[in-house]
Amino acid sequence: MNALELHGVHKSFGSHEVLRGIDLDVAEHEVVCLIGASGSGKSTLLRCVNVLEPIDAGRIVVGGDEVTARGANVNRVRRRIGIVFQAFNLFPHMTVLRNVTLGPTRVLGHSRGEAEADARELLERFGLAARADEYPDRLSGGQQQRVAIVRALAMQPELMLLDEVTSALDPELVAEVLQVIRELAAGGMTMVIATHEMSFARDIADRVCFLDDGVILEQGPPKRILTAPEEPRTQQFLQRIIEAGRM
Amino acid sequence: MIAVASTIVVFVALALLVTNAPGWPEVKRTFFDWEQFKASMPEIARAFLLNVKMFCIAEVFILVFALVLAVLRSLPGPVFFPLRALAIVYADFFRGVPTILVIAVLGFGAPALQLKSVPLSTTFWGIVALVLVYTAYVSEVYRAGIESVHPSQEAAARSLGLSRGQALRFVVLPQAVRRVVPPLLNDFIGLQKDTALVGFLGSVEAFKQSQIDAAATFNYTSYLAAAVLFVALTIPLARLTDWLIARDRRRRQTARVA
Repeated sequence: MNALELHGVHKSFGSHEVLRGIDLDVAEHEVVCLIGASGSGKSTLLRCVNVLEPIDAGRIVVGGDEVTARGANVNRVRRRIGIVFQAFNLFPHMTVLRNVTLGPTRVLGHSRGEAEADARELLERFGLAARADEYPDRLSGGQQQRVAIVRALAMQPELMLLDEVTSALDPELVAEVLQVIRELAAGGMTMVIATHEMSFARDIADRVCFLDDGVILEQGPPKRILTAPEEPRTQQFLQRIIEAGRM
Repeated sequence: MIAVASTIVVFVALALLVTNAPGWPEVKRTFFDWEQFKASMPEIARAFLLNVKMFCIAEVFILVFALVLAVLRSLPGPVFFPLRALAIVYADFFRGVPTILVIAVLGFGAPALQLKSVPLSTTFWGIVALVLVYTAYVSEVYRAGIESVHPSQEAAARSLGLSRGQALRFVVLPQAVRRVVPPLLNDFIGLQKDTALVGFLGSVEAFKQSQIDAAATFNYTSYLAAAVLFVALTIPLARLTDWLIARDRRRRQTARVA
């Protein structure tokens, strides 16, 4: 069974069609990187999988359950999917620890003690133990994003969606976040990662998908897509990335 | 320095103008009579306790009802349109009608129905009127707070599997309420002053009591006594908010490693 399946997904904002028929299967333990220009639909695709955006047509199946079915319990679906956003979106009025335990206590029904012990263990694992009782605005961007990843992990998701998680970071803070993601991949986490970090995609991805104008134009092993793409649009995109010194 | 100097000049000029006015000796006698002030203060202070009581009772209900109204108004989707519409009509109506009219209609109208279950106390109906009016104002303050919380916060909460209600309760509202504490306090200072309007119904609160004193002595100094009491209650309230805001900021910025 695939961890995630998208069949003919369409999504419009007003008259602008952002996703124009996306088909994608992600196997368990697979790491898929979505690349493509800004506005190509990467973020929208991830938000649709988490039902943060309703889709107009098509089907999305997570771990065998169709999440886009009528009457599907979106809260139940979201428990199984962790999502990390570009802008961290930590809760500024809660300490790091409370950020991480909110989901487990309120959604999974864990006791506070149990949730806090688990949270501290996760924070420890990602080098954040000393920050547990601080508020997010006291942390660096890299630390905040790692907390956001830990917050998602605390729900023990089957699938992680990462939406350009390093794009809002200062260059020197990117590495620490990418390291965390590498650890997750090594641990067998199924992930769909929208990213502009091409060398990272090459290292970590089992498969790279190039999104262009709302469709997956080309996909395959990272080596082939990133060094010998077939589609002119893909070549053009990568050429611009190289010129920008980002690869 | 210039600001201080010009302020002093203006106030001295104003003081000279007033004290040299032809009617000043008369005004001084009827409005600023120290003996009269001392004599009327104890009773007005006692009456003022009724203002404080009305204020405290009304405030609790306003805080709760206004929050409910603001949440109703933020419900999405066509299903909740009737509730949203109702909340909008309510807010528009009670913000539009002068408070004194609401107090008069309820205070004179409701007891006149002579229903067994309807309380006759004018103070009761005065409080009800204040709650109705101020709920409209305060719900708008809450709503501004709710809308100031970026949608990405709700998205982050929902993505953890929290329901809409849980996201509102644990993530959106705590941030919204923190942000609107100063404007909320502003409305409560208004409410505190408007408790004086209930005197219009006959409840003997500070203003009514000072009216009674003034009528008995042909001296208006008692109004001054009432004014002093209202100001004396406002100032601590204002300082309290400042302190609450400062504490929240401090807590977030200096939270230490455990």
